[in-house]
Amino acid sequence: MSAPTLETERAPRPVDPGAALPARARSRAPWGRLGLRAVALLYLGVMVALPLAAVVAKGFGGGAASLREAFSELGARQALVLTIEMAAVVAVINAVFGTITAYVLTRYRFAGRRALATVVDIPFAIPTLVTGVMLVALYGPHSPIGGFLARHGVHVIFARLGILVALLFVTLPLVVRTVQPVMQELDLGEEEAAHVLGAGRWTTFRRVMLPHLRSGIVAGSLLAFARALGEFGAVVIVSGNILNKTLTAPVLIAQLITGFKPEAAAAIGTILFGLAFVLVLVVERLVGHREPAVPAS
Amino acid sequence: MSEGIVVEGLWKRFGSFEAVCDVSFEAEDGKITALLGPSGSGKSTVLRMIAGLERPDRGRIWVGGEEQTGKTVQERRFGFVFQHYALFRHMTVRQNVAFALAVRKQPKPAQRARVDELLELVGLAPFAGRYPDQLSGGQRQRVALARALAPQPRLLLLDEPFGALDARVRQELRRWLDGLHRELGVTSLLVTHDQEEALELANEVVVMHRGRIEQIGTTDEIYNRPATPFVAGFVGSANVLHGRVSKGRMWIGDAAALAAAGIGEGRRVRAYVRPHDVDLSAAAEDPAGDGALSAAVERVTDMGWTSKVLLRLPDGQSLVAQVPNERIDWVRDGARVVADLRKAKVFPTDGPDRVDGVDGTDGGGPPDAAADGPVLARV
Amino acid sequence: MSAREVSTPRLSAGARRRLVHAGLITTALAYVGLLVVAPLVGIAIAALKPGWSAWRAVFADPFARHAYLLTGIITLETVVVTAVLGVAVALVLARDRFHGRAIVSAFVDLPLAVSPVVVGLAAVLLFGTGGWFEAWFSARGVQVLYALPSMLLVTIFISIPFVIREVAPLLQELGTQEEEAARTLGASWPQTFFRVTLPNIRWGLLYGMALTTARALGEVGAVLIVSGTIAGQTETATLYILRAYDEGHDATMYIVALTLALVSIALLAGIEVFKRREEKELGT
Repeated sequence: MSAPTLETERAPRPVDPGAALPARARSRAPWGRLGLRAVALLYLGVMVALPLAAVVAKGFGGGAASLREAFSELGARQALVLTIEMAAVVAVINAVFGTITAYVLTRYRFAGRRALATVVDIPFAIPTLVTGVMLVALYGPHSPIGGFLARHGVHVIFARLGILVALLFVTLPLVVRTVQPVMQELDLGEEEAAHVLGAGRWTTFRRVMLPHLRSGIVAGSLLAFARALGEFGAVVIVSGNILNKTLTAPVLIAQLITGFKPEAAAAIGTILFGLAFVLVLVVERLVGHREPAVPAS
Repeated sequence: MSEGIVVEGLWKRFGSFEAVCDVSFEAEDGKITALLGPSGSGKSTVLRMIAGLERPDRGRIWVGGEEQTGKTVQERRFGFVFQHYALFRHMTVRQNVAFALAVRKQPKPAQRARVDELLELVGLAPFAGRYPDQLSGGQRQRVALARALAPQPRLLLLDEPFGALDARVRQELRRWLDGLHRELGVTSLLVTHDQEEALELANEVVVMHRGRIEQIGTTDEIYNRPATPFVAGFVGSANVLHGRVSKGRMWIGDAAALAAAGIGEGRRVRAYVRPHDVDLSAAAEDPAGDGALSAAVERVTDMGWTSKVLLRLPDGQSLVAQVPNERIDWVRDGARVVADLRKAKVFPTDGPDRVDGVDGTDGGGPPDAAADGPVLARV
Repeated sequence: MSAREVSTPRLSAGARRRLVHAGLITTALAYVGLLVVAPLVGIAIAALKPGWSAWRAVFADPFARHAYLLTGIITLETVVVTAVLGVAVALVLARDRFHGRAIVSAFVDLPLAVSPVVVGLAAVLLFGTGGWFEAWFSARGVQVLYALPSMLLVTIFISIPFVIREVAPLLQELGTQEEEAARTLGASWPQTFFRVTLPNIRWGLLYGMALTTARALGEVGAVLIVSGTIAGQTETATLYILRAYDEGHDATMYIVALTLALVSIALLAGIEVFKRREEKELGT
C-alpha cells in the first residue's frame, strides 16, 4: 500500500475513453444538457432564424434583379440614403454625448445623479410610438414651442430634424449603458497615476481612459446605428413620410407591404437586415457577451 | 476489499489535456487521507470523480465495498466541501445546513434538531439566522462543513477547504478539523497543495504530479523517504545539488560526496537535502569522508533559535543549512566548515525518471549553471 | 506674497477642476433633459389640456378598451414565453460549450437590431398568401395573419433578448459551485433549479421581464403589419393611437399615449427597485 509507484506502471498508456466505463455510467448520457440545448436552439431557430430566412429568401429570390427592381421603386433609393444618413448622424451625436453622460454618471457624485441615471433609461421603457406622439405634442405646429420655432424658420415635425430628434431619443441609452459598465470597471488607480504624473483631465481621458473605452463606445454607437436604421414607431408620426424627403426605409417597407408589394419590401428589408446582422456580429466581437445589451447599471 | 475508498485506474482527459492518468489508491476507513500536489496535478479532478461531479474516462471507484462508478452524485451521498464554500447565498446559515434534509423531505422537527446539533458542533449556533455574506471566511467554511455533514455521509470529500483563508485562520481551522475528525471518525479525503496541511491532518498522503501518483505513504515516509525527486522537492524545502556519478558515488566538483548505488556510471544526478538535515562541523584535515564536503560559510542569518547558514561548495554550488544556534556558535562568516550531507537523496537527472527542474529552476544543465544561489526547491 | 504669485496667472487648479466638473454635469443634464424630459412634459400638458371629459370619453370607447385589453393579453403571453424559454437559452449560453455558440449568441441579439417592420414582413412572408406555412395552417382552419397568433409571434420575436441578456451574465457570474453543492447534498435537478439557481437569478429575471413588458406593450411596427388593424379585433393600444393620429383625434392620441407612457415609467420604477435589490444582493 505504501510502496511507491513503479516507473514501469507510470508509462503513458493510450487513453480509450469509455473503454473501461461500466455500461450503467455510459447510459447516463447528459440528456438534460442536450435537451436544454435542443430547446434553446429550437426556440431561437423557429422564432428568430426562420422568419429572417423567409425575408432573405424573398429578398434575394430574384437575385440581383429583384434588388434592382426594389431600387427602382419610387423613393426607395432616397429612403435608404436618408435612413443611413440619419442613423450615422445619430450614432455620432450619441457617441459624444452618451460618453459624456456615462462619464458624469460614473465619476461624479452630485444631487440628481440617481435621477439622471433613471431618466437615461426612460427611452428603453417608453413605447416608440409614444415617443413620436410626445415630440408632436412638444414641437407640433399647435404647441407653443413648435409655433415659436416655426416662426423662426425651424421645422421639427414633418422634417428631418424631427426624425433626428426621435432617433436620438430612442437610442440615447445604448451608448450610455454600453460605455458605463466598462468605465465603472476601469481602475481608478490608472487615472490617479496619470494625474500624479502631471496629466490634465483631458489628457488623462484621452490617453488613459479612451483606449479602454474605445471598443465600448464603438459598440454602443453601432448598436445605436442599427437601432436607428430600423426604427419605425418613433419616426412614423414625426416624419410625415413625405416621399423623397422624410420617408425612411422602415416606413417605406410598411407602405410597400400594405400596398401588396412584398418582393420590393423584402428586398429593402434584406438590406436593412443585412446591415443589422453585420453590425450585431461586430458588436459581439467588440464586447463579447459579457455585457448585456441592456446592462444593469 | 477495503471498507474505505478504493480507486482503480482512473483516467480523465479534458480536450487534449490529460488531467488524470491511471490513478489507483486505497484510503483507509475512518481516517483522513490527503491528496497532495501542486495546482494542475489532477488531485481535484480525482476528488470530483469520486464525488460523481466528473465522469471518469475509465477506471472504477468503490466506497465501503460498494461500486460507485455508475452512480449519480445524488445516489452517492458523499459530503463535499468546496474551496470557495459554495454556500447558498440567498439562504441563512440554518437553511444552508438544513438543505440536504429539506430536499430529502425529512420532517421539520427532525431537521431542526439535527441542524441545532451541527451548529453546536461547529460553534456557530449564535449565527443561525445570518446570511453567508455576513460571516467571516473561517465561519463560512465551518458552515460548509456542517452542511456537508448534515445528511451523515459515510465519506467526506474536502477540496482545498482552507485554500481561500489567510494563514492564521487556516492553522486554527486545521486544528479544529483535526479535533472534529477525532470526534466523528468519518472517512475523509482531503485535497490540498499545502504539504504542511497534508502532513498535519492526514494519516496517509497520496502525492500527485501531472495527473499521476508520485508516491503513496505515511507522512513519515513521504517526508523522510521520498520516492521520487518530485516528492523530495515538493514536500518540505530542500537544497538541490548537481553532480555526476562515477564509481558508484556522486561527485560534486572533485569530491566524491555521496553514495549513489544503482545509478549508471557517468549519469548526471541531483541530490536533495533538507536544510535542517545538513550538519556542520569544524573543518578537518581531510574532509572527504562519506557524505562530507568542505564548504565556505558565506553568510549566517540568525532566525531566533536556529540560524540559516549559506554555504559555498568548492565547485561553486551553494547550499543552505539550518542548524540550532547552540551548535554553531563557533561559525563565522568566511569560516571553512565540513557539511555533512549523509541524509541527502540522490536521483538521476536524465533518463526515464527525468524531472524537469523543480520550480523550473533548471533543466538538468551543467551543475555550475545554477551555482549563483542556493537552489531551494521549496522554502 | 508667494501665495499670490502661485495663483495669479491662471485659475487655480481647484477652481479649474470645479469648472470642468460643473460644465460636464450641465452638459449631461441639459442633453438628457432636452431630449427626454421636455417631450414628457410636452405630452403631459397636451393630454391634460382637453380636460376630464375627454379622458372619460376615451375610456368609454369600447374600441379603446378592447385595444388596452388586447395589448395586455399579448404582453402577458409574451412575458411568460420569453421568461421561460429565455432562462433555458441563458442556461445554455452561460453553461454549455458547443460549436456555434457564438452564432447562437448573435441570434439572441439580432432582434435588438432588426427593424420591427422587417419582422412583420417576415410574418407576412411565412403566413400570408403564398407563404411557407400558409397552406398548412389554413388547411387546419387556423387564422395566423391578421389575428392574434401572428401578433403574438412578432411581439415575442422583438422581446427575445431582454430576459436572456439579463440572466446569462448572472448565471455566468454565479458559476456552478452552488449547484454542484446542491447535488452533493442530494438535490435532484428540479430541486437544484428551483431552490438554488432560480433564487440566485430572480432579480435579474424580474428585471428582464419588466423590460420585456415595456417592449411588448409599446410595439407598433411589426404589429401594424401583421394585424391588419381591425378596430375592436386586432387593434392594440399603440395601433389605436396610430389610428387616432390618422383620423386627426389629437386629444385621444395624447391621452392614450400618456397612459402608455405612465405605465412604462411605472415599470421603469419597478426596474429600478429590482436593480437595487440585485446590487444589494451581489454586494456591489
